[in-house]
Order: sequence, then structure tokens, then C-alpha cells
Amino acid sequence: MNRPATPLSSQPTLASRDGRPYAQVETVPAHAPLAIRGVTVSYGEKPAVFSVDATFPAQSMSAIIGPNGAGKSTLLKAALGVIPRLSGEVYVYGQPVAKARARIAYVPQRASVDWDFPTTVMDVVQMGLYRKVGLLGRLGGQMKAHAQDCLERVGMADCAKRQIGQLSGGQQQRVFLARALAQDADLYLLDEPFAGVDAATERAIIDVLKLLKSEGKAIVAVHHDLSTVRDYFDHAFLINVRRIAEGPVDDAFTPEVLQATYGGRLASTHLDELSSPGTRR
Amino acid sequence: MTSFFDAVTLQAGYNAALVAIGAGLLGFAAGASGTFLFLRKRALVSDAVAHATLPGVGLAFIMMVALGGDGRNLLGLLAGSAATAWLGLLMIEWITRRTRLAEDAAIGAVLGVFFGVGIVLLTVVQTMSAGRQAGLESFLLGATAGMLREDVIVIAIGGALAVFATWLMRRPLTLVSFDSEYAAALGYDVRRIDLIMMGLVMAVTVIGLKLVGLILIVALLIIPAVTARFWTERSTHVIWIAGALGGTAGYIGAAMSATAPALPTGPIIVLASAALFVISLFFAPRRGVLAAILRHRRFQARVHRRQGLLALAARHPIHEAFTLRLLQSEGLVRRDGVPTPAGLAQAVKVARDESRWKIAREIHQDAGLTGRYDGLTPIEEVFTPDEIAEFDHRLGPPRAVEAK
Repeated sequence: MNRPATPLSSQPTLASRDGRPYAQVETVPAHAPLAIRGVTVSYGEKPAVFSVDATFPAQSMSAIIGPNGAGKSTLLKAALGVIPRLSGEVYVYGQPVAKARARIAYVPQRASVDWDFPTTVMDVVQMGLYRKVGLLGRLGGQMKAHAQDCLERVGMADCAKRQIGQLSGGQQQRVFLARALAQDADLYLLDEPFAGVDAATERAIIDVLKLLKSEGKAIVAVHHDLSTVRDYFDHAFLINVRRIAEGPVDDAFTPEVLQATYGGRLASTHLDELSSPGTRR
Repeated sequence: MTSFFDAVTLQAGYNAALVAIGAGLLGFAAGASGTFLFLRKRALVSDAVAHATLPGVGLAFIMMVALGGDGRNLLGLLAGSAATAWLGLLMIEWITRRTRLAEDAAIGAVLGVFFGVGIVLLTVVQTMSAGRQAGLESFLLGATAGMLREDVIVIAIGGALAVFATWLMRRPLTLVSFDSEYAAALGYDVRRIDLIMMGLVMAVTVIGLKLVGLILIVALLIIPAVTARFWTERSTHVIWIAGALGGTAGYIGAAMSATAPALPTGPIIVLASAALFVISLFFAPRRGVLAAILRHRRFQARVHRRQGLLALAARHPIHEAFTLRLLQSEGLVRRDGVPTPAGLAQAVKVARDESRWKIAREIHQDAGLTGRYDGLTPIEEVFTPDEIAEFDHRLGPPRAVEAK
């Protein structure tokens, strides 16, 4: 696979029982799209994410996998600075995240907003352009054409003028993706993009993401459906408050790692089925 | 007694005209700058901010008198009220961020404490011998009797600035109101944008204190935006519609209160605003209660019609009176419940569509299309004629439904 060598992603690492990785990695890969170093996030005095290192490679689709409450979404939001970090650093293409905002596009969970808000589909997509146009800039014809083009790419061109409250769940998710596309970013962070969407939407989203990957972009998605990990993703990061493992899917998404991540919550026959490379559809 | 017509056309004397113009301008400014407060679902913060102005009024009066000045200097009183209002706002924000208390608890605590302190200070002021303290209590409910040209100028300039700032900040404000996580990911400082929004609201509150008073100003900020929401589906339009509604309510309300000597202006303005709200609540074209009822009725009729036709196709008797009446009025069944030829033809079509949908769900994997099966959507709206021909081919020739 054609991707720059990064110390973490080239070798899967398995954390030992006390949370320390077997192979301690010190370096920050200079050009990794997203490198997380020692990040801890805590709600009150209970860490939701503890001292996590992660490196997500370029031109690749990465999944953040773990059980409910394992800190998947929290890790993503902390990396973006949406919620405060207690400790740790985040680098985007080698720069501190605050300096690289223009290169990041975020797709939040669909359920995180009020869909009765008075706005149209087109208005939502244009929100992806707000940073570019600033306070006073006009959203000119070229910008509008770009936004319309992004709607086209997710198969929602006909819905531009509709009020967002009239959309189905899958359509809402596509609109959020179109808004991220409008940013022309290099790194795409998605929080459960396939949660509660219909099969056609899942297909449409995965096609868009694969196209982005082929253009050299990096995609990182919080993902909950273990049965599709092998079909959709190249790289897996497994977390349960602490990092459990990360690496290419074939190396990191193994029965032992899943057992370590989910504990007794997955039956062992189920585990073998999910993580053996032979079951690829 | 002044006629309402005279008051509306500014013919009811200098003071009444000043009050009407001032109230109209204030209504517009409050409606427009209150929009995002409503959209951000933080309407009640403005109530706490308004109550937090009272200690500032008292303190400013005491300080100005102590320094040997005129205790009732308008700009001094407004500066004082703005200072304590801002303090109250920061305290709400701080309590919400630093403790596990929810915002409503912080609002309640700040509102009560500041208002209490304000009342104590006003009592102290009443016992002071110097400074012509009469009239300070009008900051509670507003007063129009002593309305001066300079008051209207303060409202006009302050209000214009607040509306301009709301328009200028419309993009970040919309973003934070709709999706604050995304705004933060884009690099917007959500906390600062919230403070700017509340600062605008505070500014309008302060300039409106003298006219409507701190207890009712929240109504001017929130009701117009809530009303405007009934008429539009776009946040930028909500700003201007809310401004227009607030301005109208302010102007009409002030004119009405001028028609009788004892009518209080602030409450009448709020009632005028509430009247516009009630009209919108019932009669707005899409979101109004009446429209919702009619939409539900139409939908119910469609369901009954479809169920009735399916019953005819299956040769089941129809028991429901509403379904029978509906089909009778369309000439699809006779009075005794027996289908007419037209009814039979429709029933055949409906039954055939059901069968087509069944085939479609069997052979089509695209859930985006078959997911639109709800028993009501005509199949022609979802599938192409070629696809329907394919379903028909699998179905075989149509069968007639016989009359009983």
C-alpha cells in the first residue's frame, strides 16, 4: 500500500494490561494527517479517554472502534478542540491543531443538532464556507455553485431548497457530509456517519469517502458496526478509554484485540467470524 | 381622551409622538437582536440579565450623588445598569461552566440575588436626602411621562448599533445556534460568540429600561422572534421579520396606551406583541395550528380512502362511517356500501399497486426506493414506467374485482 511510513501505523501495537504500550513510541510523524499524543479527557474526575496515542495515516480510511462509552467520539472531539483536553497534544499534518483548522472537516453526529432549526439544505452546506468568506465576504455565485456541486456529490442536488426538518435521517447525514466537502479539507473526521442511515445512504457515503481517499485525503471515522470494518477501512484504531491497538486492519482487527477491547461482550465464535480476513465480502 | 387614529398618526401631542417613535425603534432593535437568543434556546438568560440591571441603577445613582453630580443623569444610570447586567451574565456563564449546576439553576440564582440587591439599593436611595430620587422605581415597569428627545436618540443610536451588530455577526451566530460543535471545530470561539450575543441583548435591555422597564423587556426580546419563526424557514429572515413585528408592536402599543391617561405603555406593548403571536400561532400558513389540523385531516382522508379501496378490492365490508362517507362523496360506493363501477376501477388500480410494491420490495435492493413504501405514495412517483412494466410482467395479467 502506498503511504508514508509512520512508526505507529506500520506496526500494530497492543497495549499491555496496565495500559502501557509494549512498544513505546516517542516521535511525532511529521506529515501524518492526524497524530494524537498523550491525550486525556475527563468528565468530572473520571477519565473518558486516558493518555491515548494515535496516528492516522494519509490516503487511507481509518476506523475508531470500541464499545459504548469507550471514548470514541470524545477522542475525536478532543482532537478537534471541541471539548477541552486535560493533557496531551494533537498535530495535524505536523502542525498544532489550532493552526491547521482550514485542513480539517468535521462531520458531527446527526443527533447533535436540532433539525427544526430555520434553515435550508443549501444554507447548511454553505456553513462549510463561512470560514473562507469571513464576516463580511459575499457568498458569490462561484461559492454557491461549489456548494451545489457538493450536494450533487452526495446525491442531494434536488433538495437544495428544502427545509432541513423535512429530511430523512439518511438525507440529514448526506447534508452534513456535503457541508464537510464544501470546506475542501485534507483530513475528514466523521462521528458515526453510518448510524441510523438507510443502506442507499451508507453506500453513497462510502463511495464519496473512497473517492476522497483516492484523491489523497485522510478519513477518520468513529465506527460502531464491526461487520463492515473490513469492507470499508484500511486502518483500525481500537480504544476502550486507553488505546488497545492500532494498525492496518488485517493486523490490528484480530480476535485477540477485539477480545481485549470488548472484554466478554462479544462471543468468541462471533469474534472469529468478524476478524478473519477470509470473510471479506 | 385622545383617539387611537390621532396617536397612530403622531397627532396626539409631542410626548405621545416621542413615545410611539421610541417604542417602535426599541421594538425593532429588541426583536432583531433577540432572534439568536431564541434560536440558541437561551431565552431566559435575558430575563436574568434584565433583572441584573437594577443594582447598577441604584449604585450609579448613589455614586453620582456622592460625587456631587445629578443622580438622574441618563447615561450614568445606563452605564451603571450595563455594568451589573454584564456581571450577572458572566456569573451565569461561570456557574454553568465551573459547577455541575445547569443553566436554569444559574439563571434563577443570579436573577433573584441581583434583583434583591437592586431593591435594597433603591430603598437606600429613597432614604437619601439629596439627588431628586423620585422616578427611579420606574425602571421596574417603565414610564413614558418623562420621555425626552434625548431618550429617543439613545434608543435610536443604541438600537441601530445592536441591529447592525446582529446582522454583521449573523453567520457565526447562526452557526453557533445550529451546531456549536461544528462551529468549534471550524475554530470559532463559541464562548466569545455567546458573550457577544448576550452583550447585544444586554445593550438593548439597557436602552429599553426607561421605556418598558426591566421586568417586561424579555417579552420584547423573545416574543417577536418566536412569532417570526411561524412565518419563515430561514434564520436570516427571522431577524428582519422579528424586527418588523417588534417595531409594529412597539409603535401600535405605545399609540394605544396614549389613548387613555392611565394605560401603562410597557404592558400594552407586550400585549400588542402577544396579539401578533396568537394570530401567528393559529393562522401561519405552514407551522400554524390551523394549518397543522387541516394537514392532518387531509392525511387522514387519504388513509381512509386508500383503506376503503383496499377493502373494496378484497371484497371486505366497510364498517367505518368516515370511510363510507368519503367514498360516497366521491361516487365510489353507493349508499348501501356497494361499489360503483368507478369505485371498482379504482379498487383494481389500488390492489394492483399493492402487488407491484410487493414485487418491488422483493427484487429491489435499494432501500432508498422501497423504503418509500408507506401504503399511500403512488408507485409511479418512485419507479420508472419501465420498472413498473417489469413488475407487471412478473405479476401476470390483471384480475377483475367482481361486485358482490
